[in-house]
Amino acid sequence: MMLLWLLLAPLIGGLLCWQLERFGTKLVRWVAVGTMLIVLALTVELWLSGDYSLALLGSAGDAAGRWTVQFSVPWIPRLGVRFGLGLDGLSLLLIGLTALLGLIAVACSWREITRHVGFFHLNLMWTLGGVIGVFLAIDLFLFFIFWEVMLVPMFFLIALWGHNIPGGNGRIYAATKFFIFTQASGLVMLVAILALVFVHSQATGILTFSYSALLHTPMTARTEFWIMLGFFVAFAVKLPVVPLHSWLPDAHSQAPTAGSVVLAGVLLKTAAYGLLRFLLPLFPHASAVFAPIAMWLGVFGIVYGAVCAFGQNDIKRLVAYTSISHMGFILVGVYAGTQLALQGVMIQILAHGISSGALFILCGELYERLHTHDLRKMGGLWARFSYLPPIALFFTLASLGLPGLGNFLGEFLILLGTFNGHPSVTVVATGGLILSAVYSLILMQRAFQGKPSGGNDLQDLNPREIATLGTLMAFLIWLGLYPQPILDVSRASMQALQTRYAPGGVETRGSPGVREAP
Amino acid sequence: MTLQQLFALSPILIVGLTVVTVMLTIAIKRHHKWTATISMAGLSLALVPLWVHCWLPGSSAFTLPQTVTPLLRIENYACFYMAMILIAALATTTLSRRYMEGYQGNREELYLLLLLSTLGGLVLVASCHFASFFIGLELLSVPMYGMAAYLVKERRSLEAGMKYLVLSAVASAFIVFGMALVYSQTGTLMFSEIGASVANVADDERVVMILGGAMLLIGIGFKLSLAPFHLWAPDVYEGAPAPVTSFLATASKIAVFALLLRYFVEARAYQYGVLVNILSVLAILSIIIGNVLALQQQDLKRLLAYSSIAHFGYMLVALIASGALAVEAIGIYLLTYAVTTLAAFGVITLMSSPYKHHDAEILFDYRGLFWKHPYLAAILTLALLSLAGIPLTAGFIGKFYVLGAGVDKRLWMLLAAVVLGSAVGLYYYLRAMVQLYLRQRWVAPFSAPSDWARGAGGGMLILLTLLMLALGVYPGPFIMLVQAAGLGGK
Repeated sequence: MMLLWLLLAPLIGGLLCWQLERFGTKLVRWVAVGTMLIVLALTVELWLSGDYSLALLGSAGDAAGRWTVQFSVPWIPRLGVRFGLGLDGLSLLLIGLTALLGLIAVACSWREITRHVGFFHLNLMWTLGGVIGVFLAIDLFLFFIFWEVMLVPMFFLIALWGHNIPGGNGRIYAATKFFIFTQASGLVMLVAILALVFVHSQATGILTFSYSALLHTPMTARTEFWIMLGFFVAFAVKLPVVPLHSWLPDAHSQAPTAGSVVLAGVLLKTAAYGLLRFLLPLFPHASAVFAPIAMWLGVFGIVYGAVCAFGQNDIKRLVAYTSISHMGFILVGVYAGTQLALQGVMIQILAHGISSGALFILCGELYERLHTHDLRKMGGLWARFSYLPPIALFFTLASLGLPGLGNFLGEFLILLGTFNGHPSVTVVATGGLILSAVYSLILMQRAFQGKPSGGNDLQDLNPREIATLGTLMAFLIWLGLYPQPILDVSRASMQALQTRYAPGGVETRGSPGVREAP
Repeated sequence: MTLQQLFALSPILIVGLTVVTVMLTIAIKRHHKWTATISMAGLSLALVPLWVHCWLPGSSAFTLPQTVTPLLRIENYACFYMAMILIAALATTTLSRRYMEGYQGNREELYLLLLLSTLGGLVLVASCHFASFFIGLELLSVPMYGMAAYLVKERRSLEAGMKYLVLSAVASAFIVFGMALVYSQTGTLMFSEIGASVANVADDERVVMILGGAMLLIGIGFKLSLAPFHLWAPDVYEGAPAPVTSFLATASKIAVFALLLRYFVEARAYQYGVLVNILSVLAILSIIIGNVLALQQQDLKRLLAYSSIAHFGYMLVALIASGALAVEAIGIYLLTYAVTTLAAFGVITLMSSPYKHHDAEILFDYRGLFWKHPYLAAILTLALLSLAGIPLTAGFIGKFYVLGAGVDKRLWMLLAAVVLGSAVGLYYYLRAMVQLYLRQRWVAPFSAPSDWARGAGGGMLILLTLLMLALGVYPGPFIMLVQAAGLGGK
């Protein structure tokens, strides 16, 4: 029941926001804040009350394990579809991230969004609701529905409240491109889901979309590979993996701040979640075959994203390309499949969600004051603000992987976990870290250093903005210095995944290594 | 004729009686509201026996299947599609009532034509014989010429009527020729006997059978506006009055497709590889042409015309898959398509009136609708999302079934076409949708009255919207309904 409320809270809150607009926009914003606080509180409650040492995948691929919390009712019996929600450590952490960034997204649009405030928050809440649904669904049909449904409000967020930056193709173009890319790839996944379900029903005679049942689908290697590829396409577009990434910079550069925060912080993570939850466990053998290709794609993404980021003049496009680069690490870590690398992926997902969200908020705050995203028109900003530049420096350093902050830990664990099995991949990926230092520093240098181009007339951060960013800073430091609680929550899920993906593989030092890593 | 046969036939008889009644009342006194009310009452009454059958299966008064003369066969399948056609006709009638209020000429005959056309549709879905097939088809199409050209003083409406007349007549000619060729080889006009005698046809005579089948397909392709026989569709959609277009897009196409499916199954047309290949080509062409030509449309009605071409392409994929799942898939798809299309045209109708020079059809006319009529715009948004096949709307369930039928039979080429077509399709649905939410125009030439929801048309629109959501969110009961309406004896 708790899971259902987790899902319903944003949906109901969104409707309230829409209808309450007639009583003033302040109320709408506070209702949105309240909604996200409820979700956050539910998450914390689930964290404290649940036992996360269980994992569904079981130890040797048998169905011994179970979800920490589960909710399931029949939905479309003819098709064997159930409305099934399930929670384990992995989903819990991601939902926590969603709630936190949702709260931040509401806060950062406090002054930016002035038109149609109620409808804006309806869309924002529903996007977050859809994402939470993706993290909870344990029925493939339901998962697909959430996967697609969250796109619609996101489309509106970009298309209606985005910026038409000069030189771009316009916000409607960007929103449409985003929608078509993800929806088309989603349809490919739907075909793959159907194929999987039919293969399963031919083998067992049971038509079901249930995740735990489909885990044990007997397949020939060839079938498994093709179906796996169908899933991979959808996740690769959303992650994004490099040849399929071109929607991301457009969407980011035109989206409103809250849209960017949600997009970078949470929406991209649904793809990582999809890889971890569905692709590897459902198709362990095909994934193992595919791993080298996927990892090299990831490495290519790391380098390509970094190089492109370096060449951008639009500050939001720059941050968008850094996302592509960081997501490359996630792809590498996921396919490395060792306990260390998977835990690293978990940390990286959270840390990147927070740091990229914060960077987009900073971009938004700069835009509110300078009315431009163009780096060429900035410069010398250090002298014109007192709070903003050091905070920006903090998040830039986090993004380049400064030890002591979350991102470092994530990337370090991923690289460490990958090295044993794939040394050459690791070596090249590590090179990407240097590139990330280059683009981060050039960002700082171009925006903040140099000669001030105007007087000291710019308004500095107000308490709301400082509180927002301060919260995120605190979380990043926590992740960097004491990630053990997080690792404890996700350990069971990751361990189970690892045993399934690479039974008796080259691995490994296991969890003690994780304890020592920080 | 037994009582049971009479009862099975009652929907057709009731609509026939309504036609006569409406004709007589018009002769006695012209009164727009009454005529509309009588038509609505007649159509609703015709639905009653179908409801009775649905809720009380196996009641003694109404046992199915019934074969009434060799021409008509009324079983669950026919009942399901009859109900769909009747509901579509009912929706059209309610929508026309408001729409025609502003028309200066004679308003009443529209209902007469509509009822006649509905009667044709009912006959068509129940027919299992070439004779009733042809009678039903003509009865369905001929009144449509008049309906499309109903606003005779409008150049475009007249053009639509003429275009539809000429092309429809050509299509009918093809169909008759095809029937003759099939008859020459099998010596029977019954679908099931044709299917049974297929095996007896010698190999060198199969060419004639296939040619006959192909000619039938061409004719049906015209009626369904499948590519490459689609050229009339955009012009007729654009020119005909909005409620008529909605009838043309739903009731008429549903009837023809239901007939095609029945013929395909009962006459075992799926046994001919060549025909299936032709169908595949038609499906792929329809999907590509429909979607690509819709991309740059500025006119909502033309856009919906092209989108309907693409949708029937998707349905052909299910038809080609054949088998029990395919029959179910087509039933679901037609249902979702009908509900969605009626809702979309419902909004267009409420925005327009023949008072004005033309309907509210340019996308620009809808700019900023959301900020003025949020619920009306939300309905149109839902309809467009449903046409695009986004989950939680009716259209998704349809698309899901089509993909399922395709995956089941491993039709990868056709599935690729469906996926690609849907991706392209998104572009124009989104383009139309986003218009509703942009900043409003200073002077809006078209606007629905503020009390649009109060009349019968508004109520019908709200019902359709609820149905669209229900189909998307909780399709279980509808699936059971469609499952019961399968084609037996396969």
